[in-house]
Order: sequence, then C-alpha cells, then structure tokens
Amino acid sequence: MNIHEYQGKELLAKYGVAVPGGGVAETAEEAERIAEELGGTVVVKAQIHAGGRGKGGGVKLAATPAEAKEAASQILGMTLVTHQTGPEGRLVKKVWVEEASDIERELYLGIVLDRATGRPTVMASTEGGMDIEEVAAKTPEKLLKVPVDPALSVWPSTARRVAYGLDLPADLVREGTKFVTNLYRFYDEMDASLVEINPLVQTKDGRILALDAKVNFDDNALYRHEEVAAMRDEDEEDPLEVEASKFNLNYIKLDGSVACMVNGAGLAMATMDIIKLAGAAPANFLDVGGGASKEMVENAFRILMDDPDVKAVFINIFGGILRCDILAEGVVEAVKTVNVNVPIIIRMEGTNVEKGREILEGSGLDFTVGNGMADSAEKVVAALNR
Amino acid sequence: MSILVDKETRILVQGITGREGGFHAGQCQRYSREFAGGGGAVVAGVTPGKGGQEADGVPVFNTVADAARETGANASLIFVPPPFAADAIVESVDAGLPLVVCITEGIPVRDMVYVKRHMEDSGAVLIGPNCPGVITPGGCKMGIMPGHIHKEGTIGVISKSGTLTYEVVAQLTEQGLGQTTCVGIGGDPVIGTMYIELLRMFEEDPATEAIIMIGEIGGTAEQDAARWAKENVTKPLVGFIAGQTAPPGRRMGHAGAIISGGEGTAAEKMRVMSECGIHVTESPAEMGLTMAKALGKA
Repeated sequence: MNIHEYQGKELLAKYGVAVPGGGVAETAEEAERIAEELGGTVVVKAQIHAGGRGKGGGVKLAATPAEAKEAASQILGMTLVTHQTGPEGRLVKKVWVEEASDIERELYLGIVLDRATGRPTVMASTEGGMDIEEVAAKTPEKLLKVPVDPALSVWPSTARRVAYGLDLPADLVREGTKFVTNLYRFYDEMDASLVEINPLVQTKDGRILALDAKVNFDDNALYRHEEVAAMRDEDEEDPLEVEASKFNLNYIKLDGSVACMVNGAGLAMATMDIIKLAGAAPANFLDVGGGASKEMVENAFRILMDDPDVKAVFINIFGGILRCDILAEGVVEAVKTVNVNVPIIIRMEGTNVEKGREILEGSGLDFTVGNGMADSAEKVVAALNR
Repeated sequence: MSILVDKETRILVQGITGREGGFHAGQCQRYSREFAGGGGAVVAGVTPGKGGQEADGVPVFNTVADAARETGANASLIFVPPPFAADAIVESVDAGLPLVVCITEGIPVRDMVYVKRHMEDSGAVLIGPNCPGVITPGGCKMGIMPGHIHKEGTIGVISKSGTLTYEVVAQLTEQGLGQTTCVGIGGDPVIGTMYIELLRMFEEDPATEAIIMIGEIGGTAEQDAARWAKENVTKPLVGFIAGQTAPPGRRMGHAGAIISGGEGTAAEKMRVMSECGIHVTESPAEMGLTMAKALGKA
C-alpha cells in the first residue's frame, strides 16, 4: 500500500527520523495559517501518489504566508500530470506546507528487501535527488548497498558504514547514524516494503533531514497496523479496482479490450500474455482465486462489464480446488443477472470439466467454448473482429 | 526416483482441524491410497489445544514435536492462517522435520525474513509459502494440486504459480511426458527454497530426464537460476515467464509479482534464460510442446 508524503513524514517523525516541520492543508487559508506558524520561507507541495510533482508544477516556494496561500490556491484542485500519473493526471486535494531547507548537499537513502538473500538492504548514495535506478545503472560505484542481518537489525557499525559512505562531515556522522538506525527501526517494525528518502539533505546549518519520503507497506501485514491501513486513499486508486477489492477480487485495470477472468495469478498473467500473442490486448488482470464462489464470479463479471473498453470476455479456468461445474454455474447466473452484451469465450480444464461444459451448453446462453489456451485466444480475437 | 517426497513420506498437517487443512489432508490421504498404493501418507495433525482428538481418523497433537515423536512424521504440510503461519514453520523446523511445505497465502514478508534467517544452518527444506505444494506422481501428493492430472514420468517441474503449474502438467501429460516431481515454490518475495536448490536436486535425480521451470515477473531468481544452470545443469531445460504484458509497478496477484525500478521484467528474464541455453517459449500454450521438441519427441 502507498501513502502520501505527509503521512510518511508524520510516521517517520514518530520514530525519531528527522523531517522538516510542516503541516497538511486542504484549503489555501489553512496553508496560509501553517506558513504563519512555521515562519520564514515555506515549500507548498501537492499530495498525490506519484513522483515528478515538481516538474508538473505541483511544488512551489513561498516567501510569505500570503504567497503560500496563493501557491496553495494554484495547486489545490489542479489536475497534476507527471511521468508517473499517466496523461489523465491526478486531482490534488491536499498540500503539504513545510519549512524551506537551506540545502548544502542532496543525498539518497533507501531500505528495500533483497529478494535473493531474503534480507533487508540499506542503499545509500551521494547522488541525491536523482532517479536511483539511473544511478545504479550508470554509476553503480556510487550506490552503496549494505545488507542487514534481521536477527541483529542495524547495529552501530552498520549505520556508520552508511554514514561514512555518504561522506558526511565528522560532526554530522553521529546524527547520520541515528537517522539510519531510526529509519531501519521504522522499516522493520512498521512492515514497510520500501522506504526511500530522496533527497536526504545535509543543510547549511548542519542538520540531516528527510526532504521527501516515499513509503510503501506490505499489504499482508496491514492487519497489525490499523493506523497505516486507515491512511489508504481510495481517490488515488482506479474506481473499478476499489470496487473489486471490496469483494476480495484481485483486479488490475489495463488498457486493452479483452476482459479476462482466471483462477490463479500465474495463469491470469499467462492468459494476458496469450491474448497479446494472438493479436489483441487484455483489459485487465483478474484472479478470482482458488475458492471462488458463485457470488464472487457474479461480482467479478459485473466489474468486468463496468469497463466501457471491454469488447469481449475470456474466461480461463484450470479447475483444481475450484471445480469447473461450480464455475460454470456462477458464470451462467452472472450472465443472466448482469447485462452482458459482448461475446464470451470460455476455456475450462481440470476437475469436473465435463459437468461444467454440460452446464454451459444446457444454459441456452451464447458462449463460445475454446479448446486449450491458444485456440481460445484465437476465438477471442475472431470475436473481436466480427 | 524423485525429489523431496515419495512413498516413504509421512506427513503431519498443521491446521488439520481447519476447513482447508481438513479437506486437503483428506485429499492427500486419498491420493496415497488410490494412486500410490499406500495406506495413507497423512499420519498426524497438529492444532494447539486440540491434542487427543482425531480428524478423519488421523490423531491430532498439541505440538509438532509430540506428533513427530509419536507417529514418525517426517514432513509438515501447513494450512495455518497467515498471522500464525510463520510460527508454524518455525515450530516444524525446531522439531527437526527435514521438510516443511507451507501452502498459506498472505504471510507478512517481515515474518518470512525472520523465518528464513532462523532456518539458516537448520538443514530443513521449506517449500513455499503461498504455493500449491509438492507432488511425486504415483508416490506422494503433499499439497493442494488436483492429483489426477499428473502422470508418472521423467520431467521435473519447478514453478512459482499454482494453476499455471497445473496447466504445464496437463500440457506435458498431453505430450505423453510424465513427471518425476512437481514443485510449486510460491509467488511471495521471500520463499524458502528457490530454483537453484531444486535444479540441483533434479540434476542429481537419476529418474529426471529434463526440467521445466515456470517463472513470473518480479525479482531476479529466474536469471540467477539460469546463470547457475548454465554451469551446473546437464539436462535439457525448458522455461516460460508469465507476465509479458504486465505493467510496471503493479502487483499482479502474487505478492512477489511486481516489476520495480525496471527490474524483473519478463523480457529480461527470458533473454537471460535463452542466453544460458534454456529452451524458452513465449507462449503459455506451448510449454509442453517446447519440452517435447527439446527431447526430440515432437
């Protein structure tokens, strides 16, 4: 799960990670009041779940509270387009107003999981403010990777390696190690899947501060972090995906015209792949899971049909635990209740497949039954072109 | 021959008194009777607080240690809900069981980071979590896969996925190619056993003639395995990667199936696998056919 920058900074501050002072505002007046309280020059930053906000006009410097009010009134309500939002952009509903920092150096600090070793890794670079993937690709020697033994967590020697790796001046090493230690404690205890401070800044008045904060959390661990779960902002998600999540359906909206309904994530991805190979494009990823009920299939169908781009439906089920006859009953029910006006191609294999086919054929509804993945995908494309 | 499980495997099921655990324990039991000529591979169940009860004729114990001591169980199959599953793995490892298969989906990554650290030097093998389990056709089914689609034979199967593994197995069987053992390693970011360890086992298993590895987007496990295989595997290897059309930054169902920072794309994985001499197919409909061709049988 993603959260906003202001939420990340609030959480980090609780762990003793140094962040600039600031406040969140939903109106220009609130922004003005926060700027007054902070005093001095402030930065007004659009709060959306996407990077590249500055280039899109979503970050403005304001020398006075009046300027902060003006900046906030420009940013709030704007549709911000960045390289991460797609051309449709995102509506800005909140701004984060924070004290401007007098920057000496911009650095990078992140903590991610190294999947190959199963251990967290602290990543640090003196090339702050840049795309870290680019740094890793072009100048790998400038990216320090320090693995962490989860049984020890970050010990002082580990934190010092990072602090010295960032070329911190002698009088800031102590603060730097504290920053790294606290950031790791946050990552570990809060079940974060990614913490990225880019840039981490060294200020002219000798402080280390998280100027930006990107924090992602492990969805599987949200049950033990109610505070984080409550930070979910459904406005940042696709409405169909929000709807699907209410029914525990694993649905991701894509750009194509062939809706897919599949059991199992691997087979669902493979189904998208075969649609592409046959010359069409998938409209979504949808895993109805191993134990899908008739109700789940029906809800899934309704969500698929709510996507106006859908021109055909491809159902690909390999019955294991989910029996084909149950699936077939669910599909027949769903088609009767949900208004389906596009061709449906069904491929079923596995447990009780004969029974399932009988149910489909006996329903009197207009299904095309495919034989294997390739044949079915070809039938989908043929239906699209009809 | 086979790897991991065979007719000698004596399974204990953690979470046997739950709905899923109970159902699948029964299915594994049925498989060993109908397809492996055994009296029932599941010898014990474990549910804390329910020791002394029976589940479908199988004795239930409070702890894994008790169950192993009393019944001689040498492998644990876990159906415990996500908040308690990591603890269940640790209990089996600490009880000295050499094989632990965890089916549970949705275990927090951090729990698995700690479990993996704890398992170092234990000598135990963990398959999963978030996987369909392991099956040696005609020998032992230790998982949730439909047993009847499998066929005894000479192909080793390693896959991150559940139903896509069934798809591969069905395609292999259709080509007349049976399987020595099929292993679902799981789709989570941190899993117990990765491709390399299993490739080593299949390479050393005299009954395995060729190996198929099914991967998906996210991480670099497939590339690491391909590079290792180039130096260490002499048997024909076939590969497929699911998620060629997956957008970056989105988690495709499995917690580990995400392209992040440009890393873990299907194209990159397939490129490295091809370079390392693996027979890669882009079509999920031709996984079985590609294997038949690699063996000169099609």
